[in-house]
Amino acid sequence: MVENRPWLTLLRHLILLLGIFIIGLPIWVALVAATHPASDFVSGILPLWFGDQGWDNLKTALFNEVGLGVSVSASRMLWNSFVMAMVIAVGKIIISMMSAYAIVYFRFPLRRTCFWLIFITLMLPVEVRILPTYEVVSNLGMLNSYAGLTIPLIASATATFLFRQFFMSVPDSLLEAARMDGAGPIRFFKDILLPLSTNNIAALFVILFIYGWNQYLWPLLVTTDDQYYTIVMAIKRLMASDNGVVPWNLIMTTTILAMLPPVLVVLIMQKLFVKGLIEQEK
Amino acid sequence: MHDKSVFRHRLLPYLLVAPQLIITLVFFIWPAGQAFYQSFRVEDAFGFSTEFVWFENFIYLLSEPEYWTSVRVTAVFSGLVAVSGMALALLLAVMADKVVRAGRFYQTMLIWPYAVAPVVAAILWVMLLNPSIGIITYWLSKLGYQWNYVANSGQAMTLVVIASVWKQISYNFIFFIAGLQAIPRSLIEAAAIDGARPFRRFWQIVFPLLSPTAFFLLVVNVVYAFFDTFAIIHATTQGGPGNTTKTLVYKVYSDGFVGLDLGSSSAQSVLLMIMVIALTVVQFRYVEKRVQY
Repeated sequence: MVENRPWLTLLRHLILLLGIFIIGLPIWVALVAATHPASDFVSGILPLWFGDQGWDNLKTALFNEVGLGVSVSASRMLWNSFVMAMVIAVGKIIISMMSAYAIVYFRFPLRRTCFWLIFITLMLPVEVRILPTYEVVSNLGMLNSYAGLTIPLIASATATFLFRQFFMSVPDSLLEAARMDGAGPIRFFKDILLPLSTNNIAALFVILFIYGWNQYLWPLLVTTDDQYYTIVMAIKRLMASDNGVVPWNLIMTTTILAMLPPVLVVLIMQKLFVKGLIEQEK
Repeated sequence: MHDKSVFRHRLLPYLLVAPQLIITLVFFIWPAGQAFYQSFRVEDAFGFSTEFVWFENFIYLLSEPEYWTSVRVTAVFSGLVAVSGMALALLLAVMADKVVRAGRFYQTMLIWPYAVAPVVAAILWVMLLNPSIGIITYWLSKLGYQWNYVANSGQAMTLVVIASVWKQISYNFIFFIAGLQAIPRSLIEAAAIDGARPFRRFWQIVFPLLSPTAFFLLVVNVVYAFFDTFAIIHATTQGGPGNTTKTLVYKVYSDGFVGLDLGSSSAQSVLLMIMVIALTVVQFRYVEKRVQY
């Protein structure tokens, strides 16, 4: 501390607490709303203190059909989201590592072409080429399948670049030593490069898991069968009730279920996640 | 690409790049080419007949007042999201940086919204600002302010900006905190000994040293406002009332999937792509020169 002025310190804490209050307010209200019976919302404004229906609402959301055009339970949607997030995270890490390994540790014809083809994808967010990508997936018969939900989102230039950067920073002497001991490319990868990358992989996994879990537009387009709905994309559908009474308690229970897994991942892996995020983007 | 000692192998490298390359070609390059191709064609909604029309889609699009409304909406929206999101995050980061004890607590409490999906952020704020049951709506009415984002375009914009900023603030915060912690303490102490007060120290030392971070965040935030806020708009205003929150990305979606106007939607995609690339290039070319490292 350069100087010590109590009122300044106090002001700092006040501003931070105010920030936390504003950021936390929606969660507080959502948690409270999830513990009330639906009838509590008809009369007027949202309650600010907990009711006693929390457990019932949770059971209803998890095991019954959610209703309002979603004829599948939240537990099924949580499972779909989990599969999607896991396949995207693991798939991206595997194929990015493989291609980065090839580009850094091998010289082969068309290496540059491969590199640029992958690089170009950085410029094309999925929202921009959404219609033709949808057509491709539809032509391949991949609508309403886990493959359709995940594979188009797996190719990722960012992850490839992260691994490329990291592999280039690995000292050459390691490779020389490994070769002197007679290790081939696969052995070098498995025994030396992979253990060195564990931190990168873990951090990337956290970021990609959240990315996959939170996908919205893509699942909205490729799933018309409720069995494949992800929880994040289905929430909005719950709001579309037109018979007057919006079941805010169930919507909020589902909303909390939808955000709990990624938030827990961030909180538990905080250090790794922050490090990975900053390394990834810089 | 610098020289690195490498393996010699004929087949293996191809096997290694194959999965990524196949997915990239099938789900990126091919659809992007398709978007370009379609942008030069007119197709009826059922796909029975198509015609190659060169730039007609673009000319028609650019003569449409609705498109320019969307351009203006996007500019205002991204500006508001980037500026207010970064300013708030910077304020919180500067405050948290100086707190020695409990710093970790504040950091944890401030970064978790990163993990929340944009659509979830939208639902949460819709609940708080709902015209009939919203608690903030209620507080505002106590203050004599009528809030109804469904009917009022300014309020609709406010709602989507609030939800977007709320979601993005933790991301900006993480980068500002990292940037602040990289500034050498000795610099600030030296300035303090020379009699510079906190405000002056911030503007003359900390802020310039933070400008690369701020520049990076500016690019990221504008791209975020362009693309990742689709879910927020889709779940709240759906572009309304009367197109006043219909951003360019939302228009691509609604013209393509709802309106089934493939030619126009593709033309919009192509323009959007050009815009994003141009934006990035311009920012790197001109802004970076004025940024101090």
